[in-house]
Amino acid sequence: MSQTKTKDHAAMARAFIKDEERVDWHDGALWYIREKRDLAAKQIPEWEQLRETASMIKNNVISNLHDYLLQFEANLTKNGVVVHWADSAEEHNEIVYSILKAKEINQMVKSKSMLTEECHLNEYLEERGIEVINSDLGEYIQQIDQEPPSHIVLPCIHKRKEEIGELFHEHLGTEKGLSDPTLLTRVARKHLRNIFLTRRGALTGVNFAVAETGEYVVCTNEGNADMGAHLSEVQIASMGLEKIIPQKKHLGIFLRLLARSATGQPITIYSSHYKKPRKGQEMHLILVDAGRTRQLGRPDFRDSLKCIKCGGCMNTCPVYRKSGGLSYQNTISGPIGAILAPNLDMKKHADLPYASTLCGSCSNVCPVKINIHEQLYKWRQEIVKEGYAPTTKTLGMKTMAWTLSSPEKLSTAGKAGRWFLHNVPFVVNNKLNPWYRQRDMPEGPKESFAEWFTKNSVKK
Amino acid sequence: MTVGLFIPCYVDQFYPSAAKATLELLQKLGVDVVYPLNQTCCGQPMANSGFEYLSQDCNDLFIKNFSSFDYIVGPSASCILHIKEHLHADKNEEQATNIRTKVYELVEFLTDVLKIEKLDAVFPHKVGLHHSCHGLRGLHLSQMSELNAPPFSKPQHLLNMVSGLEQIKLDRLDECCGFGGAFCVSEEAVSVKMGKDRVKDHTKNGAEYITSSDLSCLMHLEGILHRNKSSVKIIHIAEILNATR
Repeated sequence: MSQTKTKDHAAMARAFIKDEERVDWHDGALWYIREKRDLAAKQIPEWEQLRETASMIKNNVISNLHDYLLQFEANLTKNGVVVHWADSAEEHNEIVYSILKAKEINQMVKSKSMLTEECHLNEYLEERGIEVINSDLGEYIQQIDQEPPSHIVLPCIHKRKEEIGELFHEHLGTEKGLSDPTLLTRVARKHLRNIFLTRRGALTGVNFAVAETGEYVVCTNEGNADMGAHLSEVQIASMGLEKIIPQKKHLGIFLRLLARSATGQPITIYSSHYKKPRKGQEMHLILVDAGRTRQLGRPDFRDSLKCIKCGGCMNTCPVYRKSGGLSYQNTISGPIGAILAPNLDMKKHADLPYASTLCGSCSNVCPVKINIHEQLYKWRQEIVKEGYAPTTKTLGMKTMAWTLSSPEKLSTAGKAGRWFLHNVPFVVNNKLNPWYRQRDMPEGPKESFAEWFTKNSVKK
Repeated sequence: MTVGLFIPCYVDQFYPSAAKATLELLQKLGVDVVYPLNQTCCGQPMANSGFEYLSQDCNDLFIKNFSSFDYIVGPSASCILHIKEHLHADKNEEQATNIRTKVYELVEFLTDVLKIEKLDAVFPHKVGLHHSCHGLRGLHLSQMSELNAPPFSKPQHLLNMVSGLEQIKLDRLDECCGFGGAFCVSEEAVSVKMGKDRVKDHTKNGAEYITSSDLSCLMHLEGILHRNKSSVKIIHIAEILNATR
């Protein structure tokens, strides 16, 4: 289901960067979170050991996923939770719809879940007459604005408080010009409170699914998952297959890492464990594949399934900070998004592995030690191999390789800089050349080192 | 000990002074240096763009030029890292493996192999040190700011030996400059914005010079400095370590 997109990451980023003051603010806000993360990480002497342990547990999980999933399913069933398996996003949406329809529910409240964003669940249900309200404040704001989240932990980080005030004025009837975050939050709280009280159906995501006990843990700072779930007649949880951890004791490792990596908090305000339905309540859990087993079958990229969705790689990524999450045009943006997206649709997302300098900071902050930047490099090889690189690029690369592989060709190409001046795109001195648009070219020296050396080799 | 001097293609063509400084510095320190004239490129420009399969001829040529030396040293962290991580040859894998273990970036060669503790260099200027990502996170020339681990810095250790030199403090210790190979043109807007922000960090903290063990980063930053008529200059670390009064 390859879709075309009219603009690639570079074009979207260029549009975002036009407003330089906004970029500086966006960059600064996310860098501040990266600094908070550093501070939190450095207060724990065993931080690196925690990362290593978490990485090894997740290695174990993705290598034994089959067994853990069956164990998890058996325990869920024992606890009275109805388990569903969805092969695709469509199947997931159909399952949610059928559960709600059976109970004649036409309004649902949903806490943060990137999986349901990935599945476009809200649109699917709305087309079928079911209204969904996102209860995470950031997602609520994005929903009002009819925009996808730009960050998996901070969905509206690209919006300034004045813009949120404007949205609230337009949609929630607050007075014009209101931009005080506390006041705006109170308004949202009041609206959401009514939603929580009247919704019979609630859906949450899953942060950690414990195979050993059949319980799952949802982490929020707002308590919105709990408000929805506790007041519902039907509680649904959607999770990607990879969210499993083997034992309850492993939560101690992951909960310590998650919030510190995400926002620099020691732990999220709520870490809610869900295990059995209340009397009279129905609980459903949907296990979703949607490309995950395909990724599991790619030796170079299977490690990406270790991700616990902390968003740390986005906060540290200078490309993400300067280009904004929406420029990635994928639910999961930033470095982790760029290694997950090509698995879903390689042609559509062929630009994403190139939206990186391969600086490697993402791999260093990753709490489960995914080698993100190495996978970006490998995706580039894959994309070229599969024929998704532009033809002009391929020809240019072939010429470059042909010249650079032979000293004769390179030296007959001329005196210092001459070959480069004609063949390396960034040195041509005109407006069509992207290097020259905002940068001067290097000044060519009188002679190259090789020429100087040949003349002076007696000097040795 | 014989060292094969690897001067990456763009350094040879655009920054011969850095190459000369590398050669002179090594000779001053008593190293027997050989410069194979038939060298070209490490192959990274193709490989980083996804065309690793086109870099085999570069790999074969590199092996032919450099397999006979005790060490291979070059003044470019990025190219050296590429060799270390990606130099392979189906017909010659043993030699390729051997090269991968004995190829050194200049700074690490000075600190880890020669283990120098003093230098005769003089450079009376305020200098900002730009950590290239490939030098930092690839070759571990310094501790990475993301990790909870004891700090160290090989380039800083060397710069501390230069008399008169004052190292400025940066707001963001080791952020990427945005060069990124082909990224610098394919993602021009992001690349330039990243570069401008790195430049700003150095200039506002008083740098007269920005130095690094990677000229690719410096070439990008220099392009921005020149365009904005800044008086701040770029200089390869070899030129500072080789500078005399």
